[in-house]
Amino acid sequence: MATVTRENVQKTVYEALPQFGVDESQITDEATFEDLDVDSLDLAELSQIIEDEYGVALKGDDVGKIKTVADAINLVVEKA
Amino acid sequence: MRPENATALVTGASKGIGAAIARALAADGWRVAVNYRGDEAGAKATVEAIEAAGGVAQAFQADVSTENGLLKDVEAALGPVLALVNNAGVARDGLALQLSDDDWDTVIATNLSPAFRLTRDALRPMIKARYGRVVNIASVVGPRANVGQSNYAAAKAGLIGMTKTIAAEVARRGVTVNAVAPGFIATDMTAELATDEIVKAIPARRQGTPEEVAAAVRFLASDDAGYVTGTTLYVDGGMSA
Repeated sequence: MATVTRENVQKTVYEALPQFGVDESQITDEATFEDLDVDSLDLAELSQIIEDEYGVALKGDDVGKIKTVADAINLVVEKA
Repeated sequence: MRPENATALVTGASKGIGAAIARALAADGWRVAVNYRGDEAGAKATVEAIEAAGGVAQAFQADVSTENGLLKDVEAALGPVLALVNNAGVARDGLALQLSDDDWDTVIATNLSPAFRLTRDALRPMIKARYGRVVNIASVVGPRANVGQSNYAAAKAGLIGMTKTIAAEVARRGVTVNAVAPGFIATDMTAELATDEIVKAIPARRQGTPEEVAAAVRFLASDDAGYVTGTTLYVDGGMSA
C-alpha cells in the first residue's frame, strides 16, 4: 500500500483520469468532473483504483458529493 | 480479445446445465472454476471430463447463498474471473396460497441474491481488464407464468431485470451482461415433470439438452458476442414464441 499524502493521491488521480478518456492537458485541481466528462461509472472505477493503491474505501454517498478533482483528492486524504 | 488465461466461474456446475456450461466454456479455451455446493462427486466428474478433453478446470465448494469468499478463492487459484455464469438454483414449488416464507426466501436467496453479489464483485477485475462476460441463467418461467412457481418466477424475472440494468452500467468498459432463458431442459431437476402432455406443448416437441443451453452461454461468453449485451437469449424450443 502506498502512503496517503496529498501529492501521492494527486498523482494517482491525475494518472487515472486519462484512462477514462480525459485529455491530460485539461486536468487541474479546480476542474470539475462534469467539465472533464467524468461520470458515475468513472468515479466508481477511480474509487477502486484508490482503494487498491491506498486501502482507503470510498462509499457511494461520499463519491456522490465530490465535484472537482481537488474534492476527490481531499476526500481520500480525509478518509485515510 | 479475451485476455490469455482468462478464468470463467460457473456456479452450480456439478451436474445438469451448469456442468454442460463448464465443459463448453473449457472447450472454448476458458480456464473453468466449477462451483458446487454438495455434489462433490459431480463436480469432480465435471473437472475430469474437462481435463480429459485437454482443458483446465478446478472444483470449488461453496454455498453461494451464504458464502462470500468464492470469487477470491477462484482468483487466487486460477486468476481473475473474466466470465461469470450465475447458474446455481433451486426450486421450492407450491401454489402461492401455500408457499411458506422459507420457500420464498430460500429461492430468492439462492437463485437471485448470489447472482447480484458475485456480479458486483466480479465487475471489478472485468472493468480493470476492459473485458468481461456475465451470463445469468434465467428461465422461460418469470417472463411467463408457471403455476406453482411464484418464487422461482420472481427470482428468474429478477435476474433478467438485473441483467439489463447492469449491462447498461458497464457496457462501455467492454463488459457484457446477458441472460439465457432455458425452457424445458432434460435434467435431474425436471425428470419427473417430463410428461407427454408437457412435451406436446413445446413447439419443438421435445425437451432441450443441457448442451443446447451451454452452446448459447458459450456464444455470449465469446469474443464474437462483444456487441451483445443486456439481452435474454431464449433456448426453449419455441415455448416463448
